[in-house]
Amino acid sequence: MFRRSEQDKRPQVEIFVDGVAITARQGDTVSAALLASGCDARRSTAVSGAPRLPYCMMGVCFDCLVTIDGVGNRQGCLVPVAEGMQIEIQKGKREIGK
Amino acid sequence: MTVAPKREAYDVVVIGAGPAGLAAAATSAEAGLSTLLLDENIGPGGQVFRAIASTPVTERNQLGADYWVGADLVQTLRASNAEIIQRATVWSLDRNLEIAVSIGGASAFARAQRVILATGALERPFPIPGWTLPGVMTAGAAQTMLKSSALVPDGRTVIAGQGPLLWLLAAQILRLGGRIDRILDTTERGNYFAALPNGFAFLTSPYFAKGLSMMREVRAKVQVVCGVTELAAAGDGQLASVSYVAGGKRETIPADLLLLHQGVVPNVNLAMAAGIEHRWDDLQLCWSPVLDASGNSSVAGIAIAGDGAGIGGATAAVVRGRIAARAAVEALAPADAAKLAPMTVLRAEQAKAERGRTFLDTLFRPAPQFRIPTGDTIVCRCEEVTAKDILDAVAIGATGPNQLKAYRRTGMGPCQGRLCGLTVTELMAQARGKTPQEIGYYRLRAPVKPITLAELAAVPKNEADVKAVARG
Repeated sequence: MFRRSEQDKRPQVEIFVDGVAITARQGDTVSAALLASGCDARRSTAVSGAPRLPYCMMGVCFDCLVTIDGVGNRQGCLVPVAEGMQIEIQKGKREIGK
Repeated sequence: MTVAPKREAYDVVVIGAGPAGLAAAATSAEAGLSTLLLDENIGPGGQVFRAIASTPVTERNQLGADYWVGADLVQTLRASNAEIIQRATVWSLDRNLEIAVSIGGASAFARAQRVILATGALERPFPIPGWTLPGVMTAGAAQTMLKSSALVPDGRTVIAGQGPLLWLLAAQILRLGGRIDRILDTTERGNYFAALPNGFAFLTSPYFAKGLSMMREVRAKVQVVCGVTELAAAGDGQLASVSYVAGGKRETIPADLLLLHQGVVPNVNLAMAAGIEHRWDDLQLCWSPVLDASGNSSVAGIAIAGDGAGIGGATAAVVRGRIAARAAVEALAPADAAKLAPMTVLRAEQAKAERGRTFLDTLFRPAPQFRIPTGDTIVCRCEEVTAKDILDAVAIGATGPNQLKAYRRTGMGPCQGRLCGLTVTELMAQARGKTPQEIGYYRLRAPVKPITLAELAAVPKNEADVKAVARG
């Protein structure tokens, strides 16, 4: 869906999506890194289980909700990636204790 | 990274680091007032100057000269004494000018003598069939990724809608080597005639020449279909095609990415939750705060600057920010106002920056069928409520958006009505034969962004707080 422009010379950052390593760039948000990775990053909604991807990328739609380092319901479009970050694609509503 | 505000109280707290907030905070600090700027994003810039301090897009002409204006604003602010906190989400502002802000998962509080809200705009909801499918995004979303991560569309890409941002985004995508298969222009033909009386102001505004050259640049490379009157996205769990009607003829094209845009509207959540009076704007088709000429709202001590005060664009936002800050300085430290540009100069700049706006608002007024959906089209994305669900609720007695919550939970999901509120108001107004002003809006309350109960429970409490809720 998206690809990186060649002029992007930012250092690479390795993050993990459901345990699989993907390469992001320093300064990416979690949502941008997921969309750039080409992996299936579709979450499913709490209400009907419908698949969704980020819609607004600016913090208002909440369709980018994702589990980051064990904490659920994070807005992936507002969180920058960090080396070794563990991302889980959230299926359904946030689990208690996460 | 948890950095709470350094002080308990400030002369001026500015919320939002877009064009208006950057200018307001710099002006306030320049006059010597203690100034705090709180912003939700990773870096300053808001949406229009998104990632201005970090963008990997190094070829400056690709983003355009208007973008790099933001770098000077950030530089001026950073050279001032203003305290700046990024990744700080303000979740409460009340009539006592007490601010609650979530930073790194913990909440902190600050008091202000003056608050300047610069929470900007968000894209108007574009509720068409299939707009919740993965692969359908806003044009602004694509632009955010382009500016902050140099990402461009590379699958089959369709851009649909209208307005200046749509053409700017298309030009930027092409300059960065991205792919656009087709642009579907939904501007109503009648709007061109309606906008004519304001044509002279527009012709002599800076928008005109820039807009024309950008449209020419895009049209040379992409097929543009004008007069689109119907639009729908389809696919099984993922966008597969876009269908549209233009000139009475229906066409369906395969697509991996559909970018939607029909203008921007004020981001009202924090202002409304603070109790600031808003009115329905019949031209811009949105809620706008009731403000005086300096941006002061109906709540004493709170001013609004930038697009949150009514859509005026980035240049106007900068001037509005300076005006609101100057007004705060005049109120709190009148002697220091002499250090700043005189109000008469600022007001003349504002009038110049807002020139041509009525033309744009009239020309790009979105058509009713793209604002007020029917049937199974989802209105509330969070709670997955359709237009039919809402009309059914109206038929059995739901009178307005607040009562509708009890029927269907519209606006009660995490986005708190940001993506459905305008649609619900207009849909209910149409169904009940009333004006949007009569129908009203959701009653918004703190927290204006979701925070966890754990975060709330960890807030420091004094004895009076505990006694207020303790039994016996």
